[in-house]
Amino acid sequence: MKGLLDLDLVFVTGKGGVGKTTVAAALAQLAGRRGNRVLVCEMDRSDALTTQLEADPVGFTPREVTPGVFAMTMDTEASLREYLKLQLRVPIVGKIGGLARALDFVATAAPGVRDILAIGKLCYEVRERHYDVVIVDAPASGHVVGLLSAPQAINELVKVGPIRDQTDWMVEILRDPGRTGAVIVTTPEEMPVEETLELAGRLSRETVVPLSAVVVNRVLPELFGTREEAVFEWLLAPDRVAKISESVGGDVSLLFAGARLAVDLRRTRAEHLERLQAGLDRSVPVLLVPYLFARSEGLRATNQLATFLEEELGT
Amino acid sequence: MTGQGEVTERGSKTQAHPPRGGSFEGLLASREIAITCGPGGVGKTTTAAAAAAMAACRHGGRVLVLTVDPARRLAGALGLSGIGNEERRVPDEAFRAWGVVPRGELWAAMLDTKQSWDSLIRRHAPDARTRDQILANPLYRNITGRFVQSHDYIAMERLFEIHSEGTYDLIVVDTPPSRHAIDFLDAPRRMAEFFSSKLLRWLIAPYRSRLVNIASRPFSQVADRLLGTQFLVDISEFFVLFQSLYDGFVQRAEAVSRLLRARRTSFIVVTTLESASVQEVESLTREIQKRGLHLGAIVLNKVLPEYFASAMLAQTARELADRAGSVSQSLGGEPDLTERVLREIADSFLNFNVVARREAKQQQEFRPASDVVTTVPWLDGDVSDIGTLLRVGERLWE
Repeated sequence: MKGLLDLDLVFVTGKGGVGKTTVAAALAQLAGRRGNRVLVCEMDRSDALTTQLEADPVGFTPREVTPGVFAMTMDTEASLREYLKLQLRVPIVGKIGGLARALDFVATAAPGVRDILAIGKLCYEVRERHYDVVIVDAPASGHVVGLLSAPQAINELVKVGPIRDQTDWMVEILRDPGRTGAVIVTTPEEMPVEETLELAGRLSRETVVPLSAVVVNRVLPELFGTREEAVFEWLLAPDRVAKISESVGGDVSLLFAGARLAVDLRRTRAEHLERLQAGLDRSVPVLLVPYLFARSEGLRATNQLATFLEEELGT
Repeated sequence: MTGQGEVTERGSKTQAHPPRGGSFEGLLASREIAITCGPGGVGKTTTAAAAAAMAACRHGGRVLVLTVDPARRLAGALGLSGIGNEERRVPDEAFRAWGVVPRGELWAAMLDTKQSWDSLIRRHAPDARTRDQILANPLYRNITGRFVQSHDYIAMERLFEIHSEGTYDLIVVDTPPSRHAIDFLDAPRRMAEFFSSKLLRWLIAPYRSRLVNIASRPFSQVADRLLGTQFLVDISEFFVLFQSLYDGFVQRAEAVSRLLRARRTSFIVVTTLESASVQEVESLTREIQKRGLHLGAIVLNKVLPEYFASAMLAQTARELADRAGSVSQSLGGEPDLTERVLREIADSFLNFNVVARREAKQQQEFRPASDVVTTVPWLDGDVSDIGTLLRVGERLWE
């Protein structure tokens, strides 16, 4: 299997709240550890990505934030300026701020304009090979399909003109499973799994981008095997609980309640995980990442996540 | 849990005196509109539905929950088939199956963006011809479908429409997940700004005034090169058509904003204690307060039971781990297996203890923001029926 990090362009998406940004940051760290020159891009100016890497906010110009990892944030005005300069050879006369703001407004109304500039910028970086891999902290499920289908969508609306001519080379990069892939991040819970399966379907129907992997975050550890479960039930007898409490010098009944809760939580989640695996195409790798009890965010958590992903991806 | 099964008169509540002081129950008893907001994946929709169900059961009256994108099973529980905007009553039988006789009525509706836009156009268009042209315009579908704020705007629009009809005593609104949970608050204003902006005049002018040399307008020059002339013509035509709706939109947007700021409206921020959510919520509560909106309650979902945070129990767990060997010997049974199980019980507790202590600290940080901070525990399963929904509701009510 061609490794996820052997791709040139990786879009990391998923329902809001599942840890998508942390996974994008972790993949970037992992690629950086292997000596790659990495570009990681966030699509909005929320600084969530740089927070996970404990770096200062970045702008449109990539800045090295951890060894080998360059981060940037998408910006309509800046990408328009670059596009005009590089693609159309239009001289920039004075500030284009007003124009870009106008375009930004139109972009919300005229579909795909902002998206096409973003996809164009990303494909441009891939084509120019300034980086070994470009990782995108892509929009959450609802909007990522719009982003990834922008080259096709713009063709439906724009019948002639340079933008239309520009999109074919983008599509070539996006459709190549050796170069581009999408990673959907989820947790083993009802709505995230439901949305992941829907999104996988939409990606395949409405875009050309291959689904390279699904990452399941916050997987709770299995507490007991079958024999251990039986022992646990046996231990729950009141006289045994009392005896253990006495030996230990403290009431253990709530410890047992806690273990019961952990088992139940794990069980519910395991059911969702099964549903996920059943609903996905067999060829899509499902990578499991454990729940990090000790830490929920920051560089250390990101690095731990990177290590887990490395194990799941194999060497 | 039983009560009178009477359906109340429209516009009256059977509850004579809502509870005093700050409580979630009191909040819902005293408001006509409750809007849940917060980051994605925190259980906003479930909270909205549970709150509405409890209000219908306990307070009476006619209660509507307007949902945006409910999970399949929750939608099923509420009787929403997944198609269309139509408001449907959740039948009393659904409650009776769980031994509950609601005092009032629970209604539910989903937000269908496309239908809402179409009905908005139909209502505001000055004549049939304009209406049909807009509905047929190829950009219209795309604009209203992909326009990010469109979803937020339409939710607020729909709320306004329903409220104006005066059918419900309480409307609980679930908001769309936005990248920044605050976006929906701005949606009406942004719509109004967009429709009255200079940009629009710029866009429309070349189309309307054929005498003007298009090439002389800088925006048109570049846009023409980027997008092609036909696109500009299409979009200009669209906005010319829309112009007839401008005044209506602007007025409407202002009315919606007023409704959001009214005393009858309150906001309920829903979150979990995952740290990414906490940060989003901090900026959300600041924004709500800054705009002079009423923050009625903060609901913390998926909270671990309090005992997990106990330092004393953590100590007991450590003792158990240390003495697992000798304890298992004294119990009989298979000593190695038993020892392993005891150690796992202890370790599991200590793992969750770390999380619980972190969450307890985060909970404290929310206290200043709102009088009412309600916690809802992790559920054994997901909400798939009225029974589970009411269990969540009871936690909100406590």
